[in-house]
Amino acid sequence: MTNEALQNLIGGWFPNPEADKVPAAVTDSESEEDSGDNQVAQQQVNPSLLEFTEEGSEHLNISVHSHLLHQLMSTLKENAATRFDYLFCLSGVDWGEELGVVYHLESTTHRHIVVVKVKTDGRENPTLDSIYDIWATAEFHEREVYDFFGIKFNNHPNLKRLFLTEDWVGFPLRKDYVDDINMIIK
Amino acid sequence: METTTVNSNFKSEKYQINMGPQHPATHGVLNLLLTIDGEIIKKVEPDLGYIHRSIEKMCERDSYQQIVHLTDRMDYLSSNINNEAVCLTVEKALQLAIPERVKVIRTIIGELTRISSHCLWWGVMGMDVGALTTYFYGFRDREMINDIMEETCGARLTMNYNVPGGLMFDIHPNFVKRVKDFIAHFKTKLPEFDTLLTENIIFQKRTKGIGILTREDAISFGASGPVARASGYSCDVRKYHPYSALDRVTFKEALRTEGDTFARYSVRIQEMWESLSIVEQLIDNIPEGEHRVKTNAVIKLPKGEFYQKVETARGELGVYVISTGTKSPYRLKFRSPGFSNLSLLNHIAVGGKIGDLVATMATLDLVIPDIDR
Repeated sequence: MTNEALQNLIGGWFPNPEADKVPAAVTDSESEEDSGDNQVAQQQVNPSLLEFTEEGSEHLNISVHSHLLHQLMSTLKENAATRFDYLFCLSGVDWGEELGVVYHLESTTHRHIVVVKVKTDGRENPTLDSIYDIWATAEFHEREVYDFFGIKFNNHPNLKRLFLTEDWVGFPLRKDYVDDINMIIK
Repeated sequence: METTTVNSNFKSEKYQINMGPQHPATHGVLNLLLTIDGEIIKKVEPDLGYIHRSIEKMCERDSYQQIVHLTDRMDYLSSNINNEAVCLTVEKALQLAIPERVKVIRTIIGELTRISSHCLWWGVMGMDVGALTTYFYGFRDREMINDIMEETCGARLTMNYNVPGGLMFDIHPNFVKRVKDFIAHFKTKLPEFDTLLTENIIFQKRTKGIGILTREDAISFGASGPVARASGYSCDVRKYHPYSALDRVTFKEALRTEGDTFARYSVRIQEMWESLSIVEQLIDNIPEGEHRVKTNAVIKLPKGEFYQKVETARGELGVYVISTGTKSPYRLKFRSPGFSNLSLLNHIAVGGKIGDLVATMATLDLVIPDIDR
């Protein structure tokens, strides 16, 4: 499926209830391609609860709010038209204000790729839903993210540090991590 | 298997035992915490991090040329392919047109690296299940590839031959001849691999029907490379997302459906034949031209996100770069094949014996620095 077709399909799964109430947004919801991140579209009500971007990336990027994450992920896998059954990369990212996780998904039947991005609420107590029950590989990858970014995953069966020792202080891949002895800063 | 009482004084119960970090079968510093009942494995918990160097964090302060040098310290047996992965990512982001000569040489060297890695794996695999002879045969043939690499790249293990924009220097004048000599030599030696080990009945009994991984589980656990292909899951990145000169060669993806240890073994033997065929198709047709295109001394990638996957000897390596337009990446993630392949070890080892675990681990072909990064 092309990126555009994927966007139209996936965008329709999570319609924004606000979109129907505002008259100005009705025309907008007919053409869902406008739901990207250009500034005009952001001022109007987004017809979908998901945000789509393709800026600087060859794959379709979906930004999702953390409370919809698990629902979106399981639909992406179960839906016959998308069937994203192969989670090939799960990376934690420190965005500054908040932390985030980026999921790279591929379908082994349709061979299309999509990137799902989710951000946590702040840096103090970052929490996301675990998706290990959808893709078994996420169990290890989420432990790695917890180890280096300190993002806690709800319902994770065995959330403890993977590489570092249990008594390690801090989360090394965060941008504000300081270690005067072991880190060489240029 | 049920807990049995041998006699009233001795009752079997579960206990934990450490396999590693210095166990010969773990091929590096990997510690497996085994929960066993007698000799039956109940749980395998990998304890990682003994050689974690935080390459991803180091990348955030390094230039893109420097990052290439870090990658062959990950999966050191696929070092050329790792280097290529980073170079391809940078070139994709800069939209550099790479000369045909570079593409062909990269593919030849990549496939030679794969053969060399599989030779080592084959030797060690035999040793793990008790056949020391294979170790010497495997290293004998690998030595020839190392010599070719040494002549052209100047190094035998950590090549650093790829740079963003091409190759560090052109191939050595002897390169084509020596590769042809190697192909002729290896074609007579590869059948020996089969007669020495594959057809050995003791070896077959130790590997057939153990460590079974189904196709669904392989996909769910994110398995890739020979591990996944032995379960009938067609996932060769060289087929689905061809890079460099792989779009102009014909080769068969090695596939098996049994999913057991022997299937994983057979897939790798088959892959060596296919790699030989790829090298053969390209070695006479290396185009003339530049071996490198000029890039800026300080490479700055445009703002955005870039993902490149390549097929290393162990599976799918992914390089995910988030760039903010500076000379270093904002975030760089290596999706390493060994990490995902290790995550399924517990799933396929439970219920088997410790001896089977050794054989199963040998066919997962783990390289620990690749997992620990």
